[in-house]
Parts: sequence; structure tokens; C-alpha cells
Amino acid sequence: MTTVIAVPPSLDEQTFEQVFEQLAPVPDGEKLLIDARHARWASPYGLAALLCVAQSRHERADFAVPENPDTLSYWSRTGFFRHAAELYDLHGHVPREREAHESDVLLELTPITRTDDVHGVVGRIQQKAADILHGQLNLDTAVTGAFGMTLSESCQNIVEHAGLGGWVAVQTYRYTKRLGRRVVVIAVCDAGVGFRKSLESSPSHRHSDRWDDAMALEDAVLRAVSRFRHGDKGRGQGLAGIRRFVGRWEGKLTVRSGTARLAITPDWDEDVPMTESLPYFPGAQMQIVIPERLGDAPVRSRTAAPRSRTGR
Amino acid sequence: MMVHIDVGTVLRGTVCDLYSNLVTRPTGAAVRSAIEQQVREIERPVLTTIDFSQVNLLDFSCADEIVAKLLLRYTADDGPRGYLAFRGIRDGHIDPIETVLERHALALVSWHEGAAELFGHVTDEELRHWEVVRDHGPIGAREVATILASTEVSAQQQLDQLDRRRLVMRGPLGYSIPGSTWSDA
Repeated sequence: MTTVIAVPPSLDEQTFEQVFEQLAPVPDGEKLLIDARHARWASPYGLAALLCVAQSRHERADFAVPENPDTLSYWSRTGFFRHAAELYDLHGHVPREREAHESDVLLELTPITRTDDVHGVVGRIQQKAADILHGQLNLDTAVTGAFGMTLSESCQNIVEHAGLGGWVAVQTYRYTKRLGRRVVVIAVCDAGVGFRKSLESSPSHRHSDRWDDAMALEDAVLRAVSRFRHGDKGRGQGLAGIRRFVGRWEGKLTVRSGTARLAITPDWDEDVPMTESLPYFPGAQMQIVIPERLGDAPVRSRTAAPRSRTGR
Repeated sequence: MMVHIDVGTVLRGTVCDLYSNLVTRPTGAAVRSAIEQQVREIERPVLTTIDFSQVNLLDFSCADEIVAKLLLRYTADDGPRGYLAFRGIRDGHIDPIETVLERHALALVSWHEGAAELFGHVTDEELRHWEVVRDHGPIGAREVATILASTEVSAQQQLDQLDRRRLVMRGPLGYSIPGSTWSDA
């Protein structure tokens, strides 16, 4: 028997929950058909998470590609079909892949399995990121380095904690529904061990009755706890740095893992800080949204100090 | 003896000759090991300058592996002798470096456009004494105490603490900032 999973027409971080809901009750090993025929739009998170769905199943699933030619063309430019063809049995017309010349695809879907992949991603994106972040989104030039750091740290989470490869994608688009401004979006998704199991593997982990996916997310994202922290005080700074980056540029960070989802929310958004009892999905799925800066809106600096506290 | 280590050259020579970004923890660990090896090969360096000017991007993991762990070794009781100074720290490097320094309660001396800067975790008293050494060094505890209107004992304690933290160097002419002209004397 094949279970059909309907992909919503507009596939983003929030609507992807519909996919997770349909998937959760289907036993692993049962045949799946991911039906994306009616999909019209997908965010980087949506496309990366679709690849993770295949990664999360032992049985190779079928995938019905979108029927809309524009959607097909866009998904192709993001590199989606190149990776999907390795994970799914694709059905429907898949266009020949063209390079992503369009400036909205800052980084096409890129697999992350090793440290070298992180170097590759950071190196490839730098010049284009500077042009788009500063030129199109009106962000201070300082954002480029911090953006690279954020990308590096979020990808390293896959290499160090997932135990399985994942995907990263970066794109800019107009966030009409909530913001009416352009945004740059980083999506980093894997179907690996997830935060709870990763932290449980630390020798210093103390199990408690309250311990669950939500608490693991709070520990990792809000309290900079790392499974490597035992004996190494320097670990766990990556997510804290991402959180600071998002705060400084009035962005939004969401991290989903297992059955919980944590959101660091700016003034322009009304998401809830923590959502629990979601349908289970393995690994970690992260999205970072940084909006265009309007006019001369001030940048929230980390400190008011100049370059150093004691420079002369 | 002074040693100058170009981190960008170490990165390309150790990890990959195409890289100019110091990202990922294994990269940082490899670069730190190579730096430590270079320092070990030179007998008793007095001052080692770590130069970041050829480094494009530095992430938190590399800042922790290179900057924090080098400083932790130098400030340990059984750590190597000598002092560290940093050069070429750009604005984009400051956030990850300050973050890891705060996390480990460390501080470092950096040189930027000919001036010494102090980054990281220092107390107000340490900062006041360090600034006097920077502005007047080489200088002894008695002169520092006079400038700060404190006692010589108190100034000596602060200067010893700064010396233990490798933020000032003790020399025959008094205390100076690592990397200053006087620290070469």
C-alpha cells in the first residue's frame, strides 16, 4: 500500500507542518508518494525539508513533481531535482537543469556532510552575499561577515551533531504576507539525531522527568549547552552567535527538532516562542530570516563601544 | 626573540591552499596545532605575534580553537613561556573573538594601526593599570601607583596579575605592552 503525502501549494516553514502531520502516522518501511503536483511555490526551507523527508525513510519514496512550468523551472534552478533524483523515484516532467543565474538564489540547495562542505558554502557565497545584503537589502557592510559566520555555524551543526548529512539553501525574496519587504532566508535541514539525542549523548547530561525536545532546544539555543561542553567550556557558542546575529539585524530564527519548535521572534512577527507536541520528525530544521533595512533605521549593535574598549 | 605567524599562510599551508576563511572547528584545531608546532621549533620565543590580516572570515568555532585555546595554554601555570600579541584583527573578527574571550574570561593585546588595543574580559582595575602601562611604559609599579594615586603594593598586585594574564610584559626597564617597542628591549 502506498500512502500519498500531499504537498501544499505554498510550501514554507509553517505549511510544511502539514507534510509532517501526514508523515508522522506512516510506519517506516511503508511506501510513500510525495505529491507535489499542485505545488506553486516553495521556500528554501520547504525544498530542503522535502529532501530530508526522503532521508528519514528506509523505503525509497516516489515523488510527483510540480505541474506548473514556472514552479518546475524555479525548483530546477535551486538544484532540487538533482538531489531529489538521488533520493526519490521522480514522476512527471523534470526539466534539464540550468545554472542558477538568477540573483534571488543566493545559494542553491547544497549537501552538507563534511567540514570541507562548510568551507565550500562559505567561500562560494561571500561575494554574492555582499552584493545582495548590502546592495539590495540595505544592510550595513558588517552584515556580510556575520552572515558568513552564521552560515558556517549553522552548517557545522549538521556535521557535528546530525550524524547524517543535511542540506543548506539561501535565497532572497519579497516577504509580502508578513512584512512587505525583501528578506534573505537561510534554511539548514537534516533528518539526523536531533537536539535531544545529541545532548543526551553528553557525559554531563542528567535525565529528568521534564526532559524532552522542547527542553533540549531551549538548552541548545537559549543556554548554549552542547554535547561537547563537558570538559570544553568553549563549545556551544555557534547557536548563541546565530541568535545574536538574528537579534542585531531584526531577523527571525526558528529551530524545529523532534516534536518541538522554538522561535526567536522580532517585532514584525507574531510567532509563538515555543510550540510543543508537534508531529515527530527526526533531526533539526532551522530557518533564519533577515529583512531588508528600511531607510536609515538604526542597527542594534552588540555594544555601544567603538572598535575596542581601550584602543588608542 | 620575536616570532611572527601569519595565520592565513598557516591556514593555506596546513588545511587547504584555496581557503581564506577560518571556519569550522577542525580547521581551527589544525591551524592552532601548526602554530604551536612553529612556536615549539623556535627556542624560547619571548613574543609571538599572531597575524590575522590575511584571514577573510573568522567564525566562533575557529576563534575558540585558535585564539581562546592558545591564550588558555599561555596563561596556564605550566604553559609555554613568553607572550602573545595579535595583529590584523578586522572589525568582522571582533565579535567572534570577544565572544570566546568573554566565555573563557580571557583577554588579549592586539595591535591596530600602530596602537595597542585590549579585547576581552578585564576588571576595571586591570584596565586602568593596563592603560597606564600602554601610555607610559616601560614603567614600574611605583610610577604606576603615583599616576593612579594608589599604593605601590596595590599597583604591583595588579601588574603581576596582568603579567600572569600575558597582557603586560615585565622587563628590565619595567612593564610594557607585548609588541611595543619597549617590549623588544
